[in-house]
Amino acid sequence: MVETVLPKISFAAPDAAEPAAGPSAQLIEVENLCLFYGPSKALKDIHLRINERVVTAFIGPSGCGKSTLLRCFNRMNDLIDGVRIEGSVRIGGHDIHGPDVDVIELRKRVGMVFQKSNPFPKSIYDNIAYALRLQGVRQKSGLDAIVEESLRRAALWEEVKDRLHTSALGLSGGQQQRVCIARAIAIKPEIILMDEPASALDPIATARIEDLILDLKKEYTIVIVTHNMQQAARISDFTAFFYLGELIEFDRTRKIFTHPTKKQTEDYVTGRFG
Amino acid sequence: MTNAATTLRTSGRHFRAERFDYGSFFFTGLTGLATVIILAILATILLNILLNGWDGLSWRFISTIPKKDFFDPDTTGILPMIIGTTFRVLVMTIFVIPVGVITAVYLTEYAPHNSPLTRIIRGAVNNLAGVPSIVFGLFGAGFFINFIGRNLDVALQSAKPTWGQPALVWASLTLAVMTLPVVIVATEESLKAIPPGLREASLALGATKLETILKIVLPQALPGIMTGGILAVSRAAGEVAPILFTGVAYYMASLPTRPTDQFMDLGYHVYVLSTQSPNIEATRPILYATVLVLLVLTFALNFGAIVIRARVRKKLRALH
Amino acid sequence: MQRLHQDKGRRTLGWLGIHRGHRARPLEWVVEKLIFGVSLSAILVIFLIFLFVAREALPIFLGRMDSAPVQRVIPVEEMDKLSPEELRRYLDLTEKQQARMDRETLRSLMEIKLEALNEIPEEFRTDQDARLNTTQWRYLLFPHQWTEYSKPEYIWQPIGNIRKYNVVPLIVGSLKTTLIGLIFSVPLAVLAAIYVSQLARPRVRELTKPAIELLSGIPSVVVGVFALLVMATVLQRLFGYETRLNAFVAGIALGFAVIPIVFSIAEDALTSVPQTYTQGALALGASKWQAAWQIVLPAALPGVFAAVVLGFGRAIGETMIVLMVCSASVVSWSFFDSARSITTTIAAEMAEAVAGGPHYRILFMLGAVLFAVTFLANLAGDLIIHRLKGRLEGQRG
Repeated sequence: MVETVLPKISFAAPDAAEPAAGPSAQLIEVENLCLFYGPSKALKDIHLRINERVVTAFIGPSGCGKSTLLRCFNRMNDLIDGVRIEGSVRIGGHDIHGPDVDVIELRKRVGMVFQKSNPFPKSIYDNIAYALRLQGVRQKSGLDAIVEESLRRAALWEEVKDRLHTSALGLSGGQQQRVCIARAIAIKPEIILMDEPASALDPIATARIEDLILDLKKEYTIVIVTHNMQQAARISDFTAFFYLGELIEFDRTRKIFTHPTKKQTEDYVTGRFG
Repeated sequence: MTNAATTLRTSGRHFRAERFDYGSFFFTGLTGLATVIILAILATILLNILLNGWDGLSWRFISTIPKKDFFDPDTTGILPMIIGTTFRVLVMTIFVIPVGVITAVYLTEYAPHNSPLTRIIRGAVNNLAGVPSIVFGLFGAGFFINFIGRNLDVALQSAKPTWGQPALVWASLTLAVMTLPVVIVATEESLKAIPPGLREASLALGATKLETILKIVLPQALPGIMTGGILAVSRAAGEVAPILFTGVAYYMASLPTRPTDQFMDLGYHVYVLSTQSPNIEATRPILYATVLVLLVLTFALNFGAIVIRARVRKKLRALH
Repeated sequence: MQRLHQDKGRRTLGWLGIHRGHRARPLEWVVEKLIFGVSLSAILVIFLIFLFVAREALPIFLGRMDSAPVQRVIPVEEMDKLSPEELRRYLDLTEKQQARMDRETLRSLMEIKLEALNEIPEEFRTDQDARLNTTQWRYLLFPHQWTEYSKPEYIWQPIGNIRKYNVVPLIVGSLKTTLIGLIFSVPLAVLAAIYVSQLARPRVRELTKPAIELLSGIPSVVVGVFALLVMATVLQRLFGYETRLNAFVAGIALGFAVIPIVFSIAEDALTSVPQTYTQGALALGASKWQAAWQIVLPAALPGVFAAVVLGFGRAIGETMIVLMVCSASVVSWSFFDSARSITTTIAAEMAEAVAGGPHYRILFMLGAVLFAVTFLANLAGDLIIHRLKGRLEGQRG
């Protein structure tokens, strides 16, 4: 209810349409989620519904748990010793921690792009073909087609089409990150999780990635963690603000940045802390 | 400024030391001297062998199979010893590299970090590295030959003892057990140097842990594994004590062809030449030449492994 | 199951797979269990070494062997009066061998034994030593006055009519060479470790550390040859003692082999001391060596101690160097006489020992004891290093 005057934030992204009516419009449902690293509680009672084919941003100061929550969605937290979960995360109506869930299959449906780009020390082609080969796609023609398509979607094709078989490590930081994005979308996941994908990149590369995200959201559901509020404002449709492991506020981006309901949210987005 | 009673050890406005720092000079000199002495020992040994052995070396020497009299410089040769050493080391790598790499993979990728079992395994590996080489020889005789070999003979109903006696395969297995820690440590080192981000990326794409290890981690670790293999080979080639009871022979008329054959060996030959020669002066050149060949074999491998390791470290640093 | 997308060819999230988990990938599960199994090999090997070396030596440990050449003659008719255990001992059989034989065979063995005992020459039979079971612990460890000797002596002489198996000279020999080796190598190695780790410039450190570790790449036979041909002469000229090939030379050569180990571990311990200690000292105006000597070395002292312990383990277990330098079997307390160590004795005499006989088993016993000693030394060294690292790393950052 507080009217705030925010320094020029441009909402370049058109507002997302109203969420599609009908069943399963909520793709990711988080209920009463608590996460413990050993004795300490990193996520406190999170309640969240993330919609399909929109960009949802997680914002908040360092250490507030946004990355941790993101990693819950593809169960990457399983890799850490001593992590315990209470509550549930449901994707498409299924509890992803259920006893009959194959976490490998889950990760094929929920892709991830990391903060620090981590292409394999292989050629660009092999990076993207890696997961495809694991799934049994072996024919060269099939691989070629998917590799090209993924690189095009990642807006990288023109730049690397002549050196597909050179090492991916020879690319610039921004290009490497786009290889990682291409790699993630090559297996056509439904959801893409992005953990501060542009934080290590220069402004031009960042802008490219942001354009890419806006393009990808037509087909994929994207959840992005970012500490750059302007970025969140630019590209996301919904924003969730976290603080010290709790979800403080979740709403349409425009609302969060113009009339946030909670004072904490307002303090953060106006830069009073964080 | 000048009337302040703050004259510490720096007099006035400059920072020069008042007197010569004897302690520093002495101490640095002493420790530096110790380092130099050690390096001098290394150099002396190497040079002595090189200079003395060079003359006795010849193509004929390396390629001749000697008759029973080893001590005649004109007719002797060391071909069977070179072959014997090479064979036993090669067979050893067949056993030690798979076991060593698998153990290292388990320790790095699968083992829970602080479980007591992991610590026991690590402790056992470290302990194995310190077991005296002669004890390995006894183990080889007591376990491989007397237990496995004999039972194998019984199971195969051999007419005469073939497996239950000293043989190439038992010596190689004994050496494999002895050099296991070398391979494990080198492999672990190379696995740990791979940034965790690569593993995460692979897992996030829906690969299983095993697929990640086989397709991403191990290929990256290959140079390190190779280094471990080379170090193991270098160490094993020079060891004599473990093969004394497990397969080396004083004299064999022919080259070893089957795993149940005995073999001759460079290191053992050096021992024989130096302690059983009727005329040490005449045997000197042969002795030195044999030592030179042995040294080239082991030392060059060792050196090569260290160079590879340094280069791989530099390359991996670029990945981070 | 709810379908989310109608695009053809796209799998839906509705199908997350039923009955998955490891049961879906049995091959992987098997492979991972195999990996675990193979990794237990290191533990298995240590255990097997213990088992099989001790197994051959067991009869000695349990005092069940009898090496006396002259024994109470038991007439063949009295065979049935003996218990199976007594019979076994009398005929010098293993339990397995005895189990395999029938009564007739045992009877003929008794007759053979009777003949053999009757063939022993008369003078020998009156020698009271001939009745001793020299494999008893009493004779293995304590001095005994044998016939023809004027006072009790420790003697290791496994050949001849009366086999003397006292192990004390061997232990003394091992300790002699090891002690000299450590006295020579430890100061050098530790001082060099201090230099390379704390005082040298990084460029120097990069070159020197691998160079010193290269010393460990020289096989011990080669060091042995070098000691035999070069060092023995040089040292004799320097110190002017009588025997050219003695424990002193062997000890110094042993030191060459031990230096890399002590250096490596000590240097590692010194480098593990957090830089913050050094920097704190330097910021207070200490010189580099003062920081090294007064701050870093005391902090790393357990590691240096562990290095010495592990060097000891290596020295006492080394075979070829001492074997080549000291081939004579004089047993004396002087450093400048030759020496037989435990390792060289095993190496040199195993070939001649009758398999299963007392000599053979005593050699294995020596091996078992050696293994136990080095096992404990390694364990101690490891624990010390582990605790030191834990302490230092806990204080890092």
